[in-house]
Amino acid sequence: MLKFDLVVVGGGPAGMAAALRARDCGIKDIIILERAETLGGILEQCIHTGFGLHYFGEELSGPEYAARFIELVEEQKIEYKTDTMVTDISEDKIVTAVNKEDGLLKIQAKAVILAMGCRERPRGALSIAGTRGSGIMTAGTAQKYVNMDGYMPGKKIVILGSGDIGLIMARRMTLEGAEVKMVCELMPYSGGLTRNIVQCLDDFGIPLYLSTTVIATHGTTRLEGVTIAQVDDKLQPIPGTEKYVECDTLMLSVGLIPENELTKNIGISMDRITNGAVVNEMRQTDHEGIFACGNVLHVHDLVDYVTIEAQTAGEGAAKYILGQQVKDPVYVNVTTGNGVRYTVPQMVNIKSKDDIKIYFRVGQIYKNSKVVLTCAGKVVSAKKKVKLAPGEMENVIIPDEILATLKETDEIKVEVAEV
Amino acid sequence: MIYDIVVIGAGVTGCMIARALSKYKLNIALLERTNDVAMGASKANSGIVHAGFDAKPGTLKAKMNLRGNELMEDVCRELNVPYKRNGSLVLAFAEEEMATLHELYDRGISNGVAGMSVLNREELLTVEPNIGDDAVGALRAETAGIVCPYSLTIAAAENAVANGVELFRNFEVRAIDFANDIFTLSSADRKIETKYVINAAGLFADEIAAMIGDNSLHITARRGEYYILDKSVGNLVTHTIFQCPSKMGKGILVAPTTHGNLLIGPSAIDIDDKDDVSTTAEGLKEVSTLALKSVPGASTRFAITSFSGNRAHEDKNDFTIEPSSVNGHFINVAGIESPGLTGSPAIAEYVENIMRNLIALQPKENYIATREKPFRYHLATDDERRAVITKNPSYGRIICRCESITEGEIMDAIHAPAGARDVDGVKRRTRAGMGRCQGGFCGSKVVEILARELGIEENAVTKFGASSDILYERTK
Repeated sequence: MLKFDLVVVGGGPAGMAAALRARDCGIKDIIILERAETLGGILEQCIHTGFGLHYFGEELSGPEYAARFIELVEEQKIEYKTDTMVTDISEDKIVTAVNKEDGLLKIQAKAVILAMGCRERPRGALSIAGTRGSGIMTAGTAQKYVNMDGYMPGKKIVILGSGDIGLIMARRMTLEGAEVKMVCELMPYSGGLTRNIVQCLDDFGIPLYLSTTVIATHGTTRLEGVTIAQVDDKLQPIPGTEKYVECDTLMLSVGLIPENELTKNIGISMDRITNGAVVNEMRQTDHEGIFACGNVLHVHDLVDYVTIEAQTAGEGAAKYILGQQVKDPVYVNVTTGNGVRYTVPQMVNIKSKDDIKIYFRVGQIYKNSKVVLTCAGKVVSAKKKVKLAPGEMENVIIPDEILATLKETDEIKVEVAEV
Repeated sequence: MIYDIVVIGAGVTGCMIARALSKYKLNIALLERTNDVAMGASKANSGIVHAGFDAKPGTLKAKMNLRGNELMEDVCRELNVPYKRNGSLVLAFAEEEMATLHELYDRGISNGVAGMSVLNREELLTVEPNIGDDAVGALRAETAGIVCPYSLTIAAAENAVANGVELFRNFEVRAIDFANDIFTLSSADRKIETKYVINAAGLFADEIAAMIGDNSLHITARRGEYYILDKSVGNLVTHTIFQCPSKMGKGILVAPTTHGNLLIGPSAIDIDDKDDVSTTAEGLKEVSTLALKSVPGASTRFAITSFSGNRAHEDKNDFTIEPSSVNGHFINVAGIESPGLTGSPAIAEYVENIMRNLIALQPKENYIATREKPFRYHLATDDERRAVITKNPSYGRIICRCESITEGEIMDAIHAPAGARDVDGVKRRTRAGMGRCQGGFCGSKVVEILARELGIEENAVTKFGASSDILYERTK
C-alpha cells in the first residue's frame, strides 16, 4: 500500500488550489488523482474568457486559468496521476484508484480532499416525452465536441435551460456557424450570470423565452424538432401554448449535480439542498480529516470562488495533518432564513480565530433588498443589495470579534429582508 | 450460396432460435433490419421471467411460459447473462381483487405452476415492507425471476455467430420470392437465398408473412412506457411487484433489475405506427402515478431515464409457432408478446423440433455451448482486476464513471461476435452511458473508441445506425 499525507481527489481548479495551499502550509507528501487525461478539469474545454477577474484581476480563458495552476503544481513538484479514477475511499482514508500504468492503487492517506466537481443533469431526469433519437445532449457534452474534438454536434439548435454553460454554448455555436433558434427557461428568471445573458444572447439576437419549456422531442433517428410550451406558476405546461420548433439539436443546460458518489459511500453527512457534504469553516466534513471543496461541495458561479474555497480546504487539511487544528471545536449551525436556499459552510467553529465568510444563494430574484446576518439574536450586519439573483453566489462575513462572543446554543442566521 | 435456413429478425426470439439451430451442421443467416440485435421489443420490456399463471391453460403462451421458466436459469448460465429468481407478487388493492388473485392462483395450478401462495397484508409486509398502504394481499409466485432482456438477446446472438451463424445487419426484407424450392429474400440492395425461412420479425411478422401470400397474421403495436429509477432506490423491493391484470396486459409493475435499478411501467396503448416508440406525457404520468400505489417510494424523482417499447400483439392473443399454411418451408413465429422473453428458450426448442421434421439436424462436433463471460470491472474482485489489467492495461482505464466501465470492456463489446457498431450498442453491451449522467461524460469517449476500433471517422459513428448521426462536419 502506498502512503501519502494528503490525497486530493480531482485535479481541476479546486483540487489544484487545495494541493498548492496545503504545500504552502508545509505538507510535502501530496498526490493529486485526476480521472481525465490532463489536469485542469472542466476549464480545459471552456475556451471562452471571463475567468480570473476576481482572483487574478484579469480576464483569462479557461485553459489559461488552469494553466497558471498547472504550472505551479509542476513547479512545486506536487505529484499527480492523470487518467486515474478513484473508485473508493474508505472511512479510514484508504483511497482505491485505477489506471492503465499502475493498475489498481491503494493509498493510505492522513487526510483526503474531495474535489471531484459536478456533472450535468441529463435529459432522462426531465421526463421530456417523445422520441429518443440522436441530437439531444447536454451543453457540456456539446462543448467538448466543439472545443476539444473539433466536430459540429448540430446545425439548428434549441437550448433548454439558461444555465451558464447553455448561454456560453449559444454564443459558441453561433460563432461556429450554427443557427441557435432560442433558449427556453422553465423558471421566470435565468439561472445564469447577467453578463452571460448580455454577451451570449443579447449581443447575437438570440431570444430567451422565460417560463417556457420543451415538452416533446420529434424525429425517430436524428432529432427533427421539439414542441415548446409556456408554463404556469406551478411550472406546468399551459394547454394551447404549444409550438413546434424545427431543429436538429436540443442542448440541455438544466442544472449541475455535485458528483458525490464517493462521498456518500464513506457515509459523510450530506446537505439536501447543495447535494454536497455538510462542512465547517475549513470545509471539513463530519469525518475528521476528509475535506471537500469546489463544485463537489456546491455548484459555484465563478471559478475564482472555487479557488478561494479550495485554498481554505487545503489549509484545513494541512492543519489537520500537522495537528494544528483548533482543539475541542464548538460548532454552531448556520441557519437559512427568508430567501436563502443554502449556506456553505453549514456550521462554524466558534473557537476559530479568524473572520468567517459565509457563501450563500438566494431562491429568487430580489431587487433593492438587504442581506441580514444575525448572531445570537443580534443583527450583526444588514448590507443593502440592488439585486440578488439565484444565479449569483453571495457572501456575508462573521467578524472574529462577534464569533468570540458566541455560545454553543446560539444561532447564526442569514436572511434576505426588504428595504 | 444457398442457406439452409434464414431467420428474419434478431430480437430475442430470432437470436434464441438461431442459437438453438447453430448446434447443427446447417448454413444459417440471421437478418436484422437495424444496425444491431435486440433493437425492438427485446430491448424495451419488463425483463421478467414470468411464473406462468397469467396465460389461459392450453395456449402456447402458457406452455412456452412454463417451459421457458424451467429452461431460463440454465440458458442464462450457459450464456453468462444476469438472471435472478426473485419471485413475484401480484397485489390486490380491494377484496374483489383478492378474488382475482384466487383466479390467478387456480389458473397457475392448471398451468402447472409450482411455488404459489396467497398472502394476506401481514404476510405481504413481512416479505416486502415498502409496499403501499392500500394493498390488502398478494399472490406470491416463487418461480418468477428477472433477466436483462437485451443482454440475453445479445449473448444468444454472440453464441450463434460464434457457432457459424451469419448476421446480416441493416437487411430489411422487402420481398420474398419462392421458386424451385428456394426462397429469395430481397432488401433494397441485397439478395439472399435459402431453403427455409423462420419468420421472427416481431411487429412486422404479419407483413413478412404477407410477402409469401400468407395473410393469416395481423399484428398491432402495443406500446409500453417505462421509467428506470436510480440505484439508490433499487432495493426498495426484492420481488417483482405486479398489480391485477387487465385486458391490455399485466398492468403496471415495479421491479428490481438485474443491474440494481428499479423499473416501473409499462403503460399499454395500441398504436398505428409500429415504429413509433416515442413516450407521451400521459403514458409517463400514468406509469408514475400507478407505480406509487404499489410502492410509495418508487418516485420518478429518482428517474434516470424513460423509454418505451412496442409489443407485437396478434389478434388471436396467442403465440403462432408453426409452418405457414401457404408454404410449409416458411415457419411463422409470431405474436411473441409477453411472456415472449420468458418463453424464448422454449420457443427456440419448439422451433428446433419443427425443423427436425423438415430437415436433417446433424450435430456439430465443434459446437460451443457457452458464451464466454465478459470481464466486468465493476463486478470483479480486486485480485481479478489486478490480473486482467496486467494482461491488458485497457481494463485499467475507466471510461464510464457512473457505472465503472473500462476501455477494455468497450473494446471487447466492439470486437465480440455480433459486436457493437454504434453508441447504443456499446451501451447495451457494457452499460457505458446507462448510469446517472446518461453518457454526459463518456458519450464522446465512446464515439472516439468506436471510431478508432472500427477504423471510421468520428462523425461516421451513429447512436443506433441509420441516420442517427451524432456529429456533423469538422469545425472551422
